[in-house]
Amino acid sequence: MGCSSSVPDRRSEKDYTASMCAPLLSVLTVIRAAILIQNWYRFTMARLEMRRRYSLSIFQSIEYADEQDQLQLSNFFTFMLDHCTHPDSVSHIFTSPSVSQVVDEGLCLTEFENKIDVPDSYYGPRLSFPLTVEDANALLHAFRNEQLLHARYVLQLLCETRKVLKEMPNITHLSTSYSKEITVCGDLHGNLDDLLLIFYKNGLPSEQNCYVFNGDFVDRGKNSMEILIILFAFLLIYPNDLHLNRGNHEDYIMNLRYGFTNEVSRKYKDHGKQILCLLRDVFSWLPLATIIDSKVLILHGGISDTTDLDFLKALERNKLKSLMRPPKSVRDRQDQVKERIPTTRPSKHQNAAGKTQHISSSGSTEPSDPALKEWKQILDILWSDPRSQNGCTPNKCRGGGCYFGPDVTAKLFERYNLKMLIRSHEFKPEGYEISHDGKVITIFSASNYYEEGSNRGAYIKLNPELIPRFVQYRVSKYTRRQNLQERVGTIESSALKSLREKIYAHRSELTSAFAQYDLNGTGKISVTDWAAAMESVLQLELPWRMLRSHLAQMNPEGEVDYMSCFYDLKIGQPIKEVQPALVETLCRYRKDLEIIFNIIDKDHSGLISLEEFCQTWKLFTSHLGIDVHDEAIDKLVLSIDYNKDGHIDFSEFLQAFHVVHRLEKKANS
Amino acid sequence: MKKLMGRDKDREITKPIYHLDRAVAEIEKKIIEAFEVFDHECNKTVDVREIGSIVRSLGCFPTEAELHELLAKVEEEEPTGYIHLEKFLPVMTKVLLDRSYRPIPEDVLLHAFEALDENKCGYITKEELVKYLTEEGEPFTREEMEDMLSTALDPETNTIRYRDYISMVVVDES
Repeated sequence: MGCSSSVPDRRSEKDYTASMCAPLLSVLTVIRAAILIQNWYRFTMARLEMRRRYSLSIFQSIEYADEQDQLQLSNFFTFMLDHCTHPDSVSHIFTSPSVSQVVDEGLCLTEFENKIDVPDSYYGPRLSFPLTVEDANALLHAFRNEQLLHARYVLQLLCETRKVLKEMPNITHLSTSYSKEITVCGDLHGNLDDLLLIFYKNGLPSEQNCYVFNGDFVDRGKNSMEILIILFAFLLIYPNDLHLNRGNHEDYIMNLRYGFTNEVSRKYKDHGKQILCLLRDVFSWLPLATIIDSKVLILHGGISDTTDLDFLKALERNKLKSLMRPPKSVRDRQDQVKERIPTTRPSKHQNAAGKTQHISSSGSTEPSDPALKEWKQILDILWSDPRSQNGCTPNKCRGGGCYFGPDVTAKLFERYNLKMLIRSHEFKPEGYEISHDGKVITIFSASNYYEEGSNRGAYIKLNPELIPRFVQYRVSKYTRRQNLQERVGTIESSALKSLREKIYAHRSELTSAFAQYDLNGTGKISVTDWAAAMESVLQLELPWRMLRSHLAQMNPEGEVDYMSCFYDLKIGQPIKEVQPALVETLCRYRKDLEIIFNIIDKDHSGLISLEEFCQTWKLFTSHLGIDVHDEAIDKLVLSIDYNKDGHIDFSEFLQAFHVVHRLEKKANS
Repeated sequence: MKKLMGRDKDREITKPIYHLDRAVAEIEKKIIEAFEVFDHECNKTVDVREIGSIVRSLGCFPTEAELHELLAKVEEEEPTGYIHLEKFLPVMTKVLLDRSYRPIPEDVLLHAFEALDENKCGYITKEELVKYLTEEGEPFTREEMEDMLSTALDPETNTIRYRDYISMVVVDES
């Protein structure tokens, strides 16, 4: 405004008005006002940042708790897969020799061509092998328009991909001298839009444009199949310029829980089984790591203090179809542990070593059994996370792999003369993170991973000097850009929603935990006691005091009405015959039951017999140590066999156990 | 938040000692909780750049200058870029007990905007606001300015109707 200099002139003018600048608007006034506004604004931004952070903590804690449940149940799933001997059960395709012939080595392109008809009415892309860039472009175009690739081409593509992958070593060596820059991408998790955006910004893979995709292509998102098809197609066209590393989700047992199995079955009703079976094998042939210029190690998870690259180079990687099925000797040991200790999740903050079953024998112990050693070596590189503390400790949040400190990184670098480790596997709000003094980089390429606006995705450009450059992006479905307030509001309400579901699924445990603090039976306890009760049952390490206002009501005296955290939740369709405790159990283990259902369901008919259901249910509950009376199960079974034909539409049944929010809170409440 | 923003008359209630102990314990728990939200590795440390968010999310309104004073008290002798909980906790407890960094009441905030509104017409142009807030006081970074405008600016008139803006943010916060 230049107030101070212009004031004398203005004053001399006739048309001076009070509103024209400034004896009123002295420099001091402006500074004072500015400081006040800046102070207030920074305050509101800090509050928003806090809400954003705790929302992400909620998402991540729940995600890791689920992963741990999955690992805890791996024994059970393994048992199911081993013993599910129903002649046409889905598990059969994983074990039976007759089906593995269907996807046998000898099976070639022409066989699929003869066996599977592509009807004239199919208007999607038609592939001819060997693939060309035109085919890849046709695929991209089709997927942008939400078309499906016909099962015949999918199977042909997978067979060809397996052939190519088989020729590759466990650890791929690349050189920047052949290409100016190498692009490294992290987790995609079925978010096709992110892959398309990366290609749009950074160009399609080609001889001049080299890519490394660092695992976790599938699960969670809606388009895992399409991502695989695109990546595999480019792999076939440019086998020397596009490289894939295996992630912990390239694992058929993980896929049972995290959505990919369902996606394939839904998209390919007739040939889903075959596709899944072939994929199981393709995944096991994915290389484990990539090394650039002998200096930069790229792998999905991380390392441990026993990671041995020479050993990893030499093992038969395809033997391990799933890391969720540890070699027999580990399983036996875990079963023994199991009998002694019930499944409890350990706390992140306290050292709970030995309290829980950990799938990895992480630490410095070298297993003597070779199968065990191979399994542990791969588990560690696919599941581990870096930490800033020195040392190598079991990964307690995830329940598999380890945490490795800067000393572990330094030791490995010294041994193999490395300069940098690029890994993925962990959600990062900015899409990347640098740790261990710049030695370890995390790259995560799925934007909006938890919720629209929850995070950016990123990829790395590595130049010949091996200096990393980060490119961040965010796919947006909105035409108008949301402002910060709106974005945080969306993330927060979605995080609170999943948290409330978790709370509901632990209703009886929480109620009794609250009651222990409520000695006089007033229905009210102090905030401190309420927070302690929440944490003791849910073990999510969340800022309960801060979240309290969103979860439970408080009276003017500052006491929490603890039952109010269940008020606005209910089960989808209440089933009268089922007792509340059973409803809660079903609610809590809905996802696990879905997996089991996928295992025992014949040909994805969607139906299982009452007998199968009862047997499985009994096995499952006894595995978990839940006490449910036979009578209750019988009642339940009868109530869900709606048309009394002796079969249950299991997925429809489970739908009934979704937690519904009675009153959806306002996004910004 | 509404309560904080409203006129907060000085109400220093002297509580008996035994209440004070409990109050301190409660305050410490609140601080630890806020600290842990930013303690990603669960090792009782946070990045020094997060301290502002932690202090403010506990209901304090320090200026940048005051924040630097506070940082000087909690930092290690040789700054590592990380702040330890054990150093932060007693300092922050005192801040909350003493009620330093008082909240800015809504009417005071409104006056500040009015002071910048030369013509007293209820709005400030984008150019004026950017100039004041990025050049005066404890200047905004470009990012802070852009973030503020993304919410505050009426794109059609290219002005900031500050009354609407304040009430929108305050409602969102409550």
